[in-house]
Amino acid sequence: MSENKYIPKTKLAKWFDSRLPLLSLSHHLKEYPTPKNLNYWWTFGGILTFCLITQIITGVILGMHYVAHTDHAFESIEHIMRDVNYGWLLRYVHANGASMFFLAVYIHIFRSLFYGSYKAPREVIWIIGVIIYLLMMATAFMGYVLPWGQMSFWGATVITNLFSAIPLVGESITTWLWGGYAIDNPTLTRFYALHYLLPFLIFGLIILHIWALHVPGNNNPTGIDIKKNSNETMPFHPYMVMKDITALLVFIIIFFWFVFFAPNALGHPDNYIEANPLVTPTHIVPEWYLLPFYAILRAIPSKLGGVIFMFAAIFVLVLLPWLDTSKVRSSIFRPLYRKFFWVLVATVILLGYLGAKPPEGIYLVLSRIATAYYFIHFLILLPVLGRYEKTDQLPMSISDPVLNKPGLIDKFKKAAGQYEGDNVGSFK
Amino acid sequence: MSNKIEPKRRNFLFTATYTIGAVGLGAAIWPLVDQMNPDASVKALSTIEVDVSSVQPGRTITVLWRGKPIFIRRRTKEEIDEAAAVDLKDLKDPEKDSDRAKNPEWLVMVGVCTHLGCVPLGNKGDYNAWFCPCHGSHYDTSGRVRKGPAPTNLEIPKYEFVNNNTIKIG
Repeated sequence: MSENKYIPKTKLAKWFDSRLPLLSLSHHLKEYPTPKNLNYWWTFGGILTFCLITQIITGVILGMHYVAHTDHAFESIEHIMRDVNYGWLLRYVHANGASMFFLAVYIHIFRSLFYGSYKAPREVIWIIGVIIYLLMMATAFMGYVLPWGQMSFWGATVITNLFSAIPLVGESITTWLWGGYAIDNPTLTRFYALHYLLPFLIFGLIILHIWALHVPGNNNPTGIDIKKNSNETMPFHPYMVMKDITALLVFIIIFFWFVFFAPNALGHPDNYIEANPLVTPTHIVPEWYLLPFYAILRAIPSKLGGVIFMFAAIFVLVLLPWLDTSKVRSSIFRPLYRKFFWVLVATVILLGYLGAKPPEGIYLVLSRIATAYYFIHFLILLPVLGRYEKTDQLPMSISDPVLNKPGLIDKFKKAAGQYEGDNVGSFK
Repeated sequence: MSNKIEPKRRNFLFTATYTIGAVGLGAAIWPLVDQMNPDASVKALSTIEVDVSSVQPGRTITVLWRGKPIFIRRRTKEEIDEAAAVDLKDLKDPEKDSDRAKNPEWLVMVGVCTHLGCVPLGNKGDYNAWFCPCHGSHYDTSGRVRKGPAPTNLEIPKYEFVNNNTIKIG
């Protein structure tokens, strides 16, 4: 990085930093130059870090009271809810925390799609992000199995059976995943072990995600390259830190509104019935954040095809930096892409809605149309737009859109004119 | 002279080392992978005997075998006739009813939808037999898939009649 180098102030600091440059690292994180025009959509990285840490802390504590055994799991959840001091709070924070984590990650992803943050030179940041998102889904899925309710059991049955669609080896793979011939105790214990492990892998990947970010630096709402250490950047601390904290506080208010006032709003009541391998609930739905993919799975009238399309819906994101051929990053300067972006947002929300509905009649027709559109957006629209879209004129610097607003300088001079003093004299 | 021989000898040593190393690594990883397969205690539960003397015609009992529900249905005359009368060309996974039920009165099958593993509901669906509520697969009175995303018929487990009243599954 090109910012100011850390200069130790004391002998002890010098001694330590030359042996392990932790002080240099913290100096870098503090002074890291951020574009001065970052808006509130850029605060979700910090919010997501908060979510992960919250999940790890509450999760480790819940792990001290939870029993991973088919005979005791359901009971131990009730024990946490009723007997453990503040157990209800910890569990509700953990359960709603998962939903909030996904809410934040979806905003973070769509921010990236809107402002073209996945484009060169930030492809590696983006791909690490997609892997984090995949691991988050795996972690959340396995976590949902642990309470051993009806939705836990049957959700796990449906999802693990996806692998049985693979030709030839499918059956062996599901048996291997289950450790038996159906979801049972061996499945529960391994899911618990992996649910405990994966967040730490995610933590490691987040370090790589941030490391990869700090090489080119942040994208910004205009999408144009900035000059580092110029008047176009500000040090991360305190400027972005304060902005992040402001956004985080608003986020926490929404988070804890759910925790305290609607803790089960995002869950499913069937999960308060203990798992029963003989009775399938009449309507199985995954957690809300997986619904769009569930809709894609069911839209395809073939078992293997559904599974392939569902995984392809995520994998297509890995290819995104190369599918979008436009040189202009931000959709502020892409009049056509901007419209299609919102159509994509609407499509994903529609798929989420359809995923919660039974796969019949109009719902099935709509989910097929929405699935087709989802793939058309990435595989056809983006490459074609990159070639034919007429983009708007890019500003020369990130300050231009602000400073070149008509009449702005006059307004500023007028305001400055009301004061008398040496500091503002130069504006007159 | 030595210039030509040395690299070859070295390449051989490298290749040999990589090969042995890969085999050793594979051998070390296999136990880590195989421990996830069904263990001896799970496999030990592989057969059960069921007393079916109290099942009336037109009724189904469900028993648990290897963690999965097994449907044992004593079919009525109409159901048997209906299953036998189906043209094999109409089936997604063509199988004769007589191949699925050795004794036509008794239909024994794994009560797990072949789509994604839910338990189908009895006396429901377009064929008034089994219907899977999860993703809408319909099965007929022989447990054959007739409609919906399920790729194959309901599975018939290995079973035999020990005597007139007892079925051994597994």
